[in-house]
Amino acid sequence: MSLSLQAGGSATRALSSTAPSATTSHTTSPITTGTSVLAIKYRSGVLLAADTLVSYGSMAKYKNARRLLPINSSTLIGGSGEYSDLQSVTELLKRNALEDRCTADSLYNEESNEECAKEVWSYLRAVMYNRRSKMNPLWNDLVVAGFKKNEDGTISDEPFLGLVDKIGTAYEDDILATGFGSYIALPLMREKYRPDMEEGEARALLEDCLRILFYRDCRALNRVQIAKVTRDGKCLVSEPYELDTYWDFKGFVNSKAGLGTDGGW
Amino acid sequence: MFRNQYDTDVTVWSPEGRLLQVEYAMESVKQGSACIALRSSTHAVIGALKRSVSELSSHQQKILQIDDHLGIGIAGLTADARTLAKWMRNECLNHKYVYGTALPSGRLANDLADRHQRTTQTYVRRPYGVGLLLAAFDRNGPHVYQTCPSGNIYECYGTAIGARSQSGRTYLEKHADSFGTCGREELIMHAVRALVGCVGGDGELTVENGSVAVVGKDEKFTLIEGEELQPYLDRLEMEGGNNGGGGDAEGDGGDDMET
Repeated sequence: MSLSLQAGGSATRALSSTAPSATTSHTTSPITTGTSVLAIKYRSGVLLAADTLVSYGSMAKYKNARRLLPINSSTLIGGSGEYSDLQSVTELLKRNALEDRCTADSLYNEESNEECAKEVWSYLRAVMYNRRSKMNPLWNDLVVAGFKKNEDGTISDEPFLGLVDKIGTAYEDDILATGFGSYIALPLMREKYRPDMEEGEARALLEDCLRILFYRDCRALNRVQIAKVTRDGKCLVSEPYELDTYWDFKGFVNSKAGLGTDGGW
Repeated sequence: MFRNQYDTDVTVWSPEGRLLQVEYAMESVKQGSACIALRSSTHAVIGALKRSVSELSSHQQKILQIDDHLGIGIAGLTADARTLAKWMRNECLNHKYVYGTALPSGRLANDLADRHQRTTQTYVRRPYGVGLLLAAFDRNGPHVYQTCPSGNIYECYGTAIGARSQSGRTYLEKHADSFGTCGREELIMHAVRALVGCVGGDGELTVENGSVAVVGKDEKFTLIEGEELQPYLDRLEMEGGNNGGGGDAEGDGGDDMET
C-alpha cells in the first residue's frame, strides 16, 4: 500500500500557468474549502457533525457537499479544508478498505482484516506527514471516528476519536473540532461534555455549536449533516438538513454604526 | 546430478513441463536439518534441530524472531533465510509505524510466498533455497504457515520440513486431533516428540542441538534453548522417548548441506 497519493486534487495546481520555469509548484493555499468538523464521544459511540458548504474563496460555491464519509463498515471520517484533497483521501481509504475486504489473510478463517478506526487514523498520519515532507501537503484536517479493536480482532467497547492535520500532527480526544470550530465550538463543547452523554444530548450540543458557527463563521452554512458510529460497529450518516436560526438578537439587529466603528456589526 | 539440458536456467521448461531449477531448490530444503511447527487454539510452536559444522563450532541458529508476535523456523540455505528474515522484520516494523498495530501474519506469509514465486519466473535470478515455517499469533489467533522455494504456501495445524522430517510429520498427523485443546506445555512436548523422530542415526536430542520457540495468547515470541530446554528433555527421557523413532527410512544422507 503506497503512502503517496498520486498527484490529485489540488496537488498539481500551479500558481501561475504562464510561469516559464520548469519547477513544479504545489498547493500553498486551498482553493475550494469546507469549514469546521465537530466530533464528540457519547455513551454508545461517537458523533460527528459538519455543514455541507464548500466555499470558493469567500463565495458559497457548493451547498450540498458531503464532508462526513464512511470509509469502511465501522469507520467514519470528517474533513475540512481543500475539498478535492478530501475526495482524494477518501478514495484512497476506500481503495484500501476494498483491498482488505478482498484479501483473505488466513486460509482457515474468512474474517476480514478490515482496518479499525485507530489504524485508519495512524495510516492517515503517515500519509499526511509523507505529503507535507514532500512540500506538497493534502490541505485537510481530518477527524477519524470508530471503535478500537481488541487484540483478538473483535471490535471493543472503547470508542475512538482522533484528528490528523495537514502536516501529520495526530492526537486523540473525547471532543474534537477543526478549523474555526476549534475556536468557537470547542470551548462550548468542553463546557457541556460528559462521558456518559445520551445520544440526544450530544446531538443537541452539536446542533447548537453548528448553529453558533453559522452565526459567526462566514464560511459556514445552516445546512448540516450529523453522523454516528455505534457500539455494534454501524456507521450512520444523516441526510443534509437545515437548522432553524434566530436572527432577532439585539446584537444582530442593531448595527454598530455611529458608535465610532466602521458601521459593521 | 546430471539431468539434462533444461536445467541451466530457472525460467526454461523441460519437455515434461517441469522447471528443474525450482525442483532443485525444493531439494535443498530437504537437505537442511529438520524443522517442525504446530499450533493449538491458543499457541503456535516451532521446533528445530540445529547442526554444527564440527565438534568445536557452535550450532547454527534455526529459529529466527521476526517480531513480538511472529517467528520463523528454517530449513535449507541459512543465508537465504536471513535475507528473507531481514525483509520480514522490515515489513513488520513498517506496518507498526504506519498502522500502529502488528502486521497480520497471513498478509506477511502471502507476500513472502510472492517473493519466493517471483524468483521462479525471473531471468537471471535463482529461487530461494530455503523453506520457512512461520509461527505467529495475531488478532485472528495462532497460525502456522509453510512456504517453499516454488512459491507455494500452506497454512497448517502442524507440519515439518527438512531432512528426515517425514517421521516428524507422521507423529504430527497421528496426534493432530488433540492439538486444538493442548495447553502451552503439552504443545511444546508434542513439538519435542516430533523433533526426536527427525534426529538421525544414533543421535539424540540435546540441549545443544534442540531449539524450540513458542508464541501465543498473552505470550510474546519466546525462544526456548539451552538450559531452558532441559525440563522438556527430562520429561521426554521419563517417557523413555529420546530418539525413539531414530531409524527412519530416509536414512542419514552423507551430502547434508547447510551453508
